[in-house]
Amino acid sequence: MTSQFGEGDSVQVRLAFPPGHIRTPFYARGKPGVVESYVGNFSNPEELAFGHKDGAKLPLYRVRFRQLDLWPDYQGPEHDSAVLDLYEHWLEPLRAKS
Amino acid sequence: MSDGVHDHDHDHSRTFQPDIEDTPYSTHQLMAEAVERLLIEKGVFTTEALRRQIEIQDSRTPSQGAALVAKAWVDPSFRQHLLDDVNAAADAVGVPAGDIPIRAVENTADLHNVIVCTLCSCYPRQLIGLPPDWYKSRAYRSRMVHEPRAVLAEFGTEIANNIEVRVHDSTADLRFIVLPMRPDGTEQMSEADLAALVSRDCMIGVSVPKGRTA
Repeated sequence: MTSQFGEGDSVQVRLAFPPGHIRTPFYARGKPGVVESYVGNFSNPEELAFGHKDGAKLPLYRVRFRQLDLWPDYQGPEHDSAVLDLYEHWLEPLRAKS
Repeated sequence: MSDGVHDHDHDHSRTFQPDIEDTPYSTHQLMAEAVERLLIEKGVFTTEALRRQIEIQDSRTPSQGAALVAKAWVDPSFRQHLLDDVNAAADAVGVPAGDIPIRAVENTADLHNVIVCTLCSCYPRQLIGLPPDWYKSRAYRSRMVHEPRAVLAEFGTEIANNIEVRVHDSTADLRFIVLPMRPDGTEQMSEADLAALVSRDCMIGVSVPKGRTA
């Protein structure tokens, strides 16, 4: 699987709540961020958790978020950030706000 | 009691400290023990191999990571190697870093990094050993990502507002180690003495190395 996103791309995390072993924290779902780097392809933990070891490997990205985007009540300067490692199927291109 | 001081009315026969086996056995403990026994019975591994793995895990200490940090401080090409590929750089100087990819995140005058695993307890064990209990606590995991400056202050680490605080949440296949800044006034120190300044907490990012006051 080739990686869809590159460094500097604006993305947003899917706002979805499927059951299972999900390694996309709730606090990041639906939030906008910027791809810091593509780190390689890795097995999908959502499949590994149920013993399915032969699934397609997924591109994994380091995605940086502004703390103020993650937490509306964030106490700290604007430049504070958090970086999460997210699999490609949890990311989509950032849509412009209507 | 004959000492006249200890005359309160609790029953000393009941105030012993419980042994770890005295807490109720949880479902997950039972499952883990059952799986362990099955794997041994089926010959997947031996009790000796299991014991050895625990021993190896417990033998890893923060001094290994500290040695890498000190080397990065004195050797610019090693620093670059570490930033490019921690596992390869560590292996090259005889610190086995294993197969899980580790990234070094470098503190600068404008950036302070700190690591957390909000989902469980991912930690650069290969380089700095087992995580402290607080790293696995719900309080640290939930608060470090939401109010990092307050948590850092509780660790005695005040970060000025002009410095960006960047939290790395270890949500997937990478592990992280903070490459702290070399303290001022340490220009004359040997690599070994520098390594002694680099504590576990500095590599998690909840503290920063302090130079020795002359």
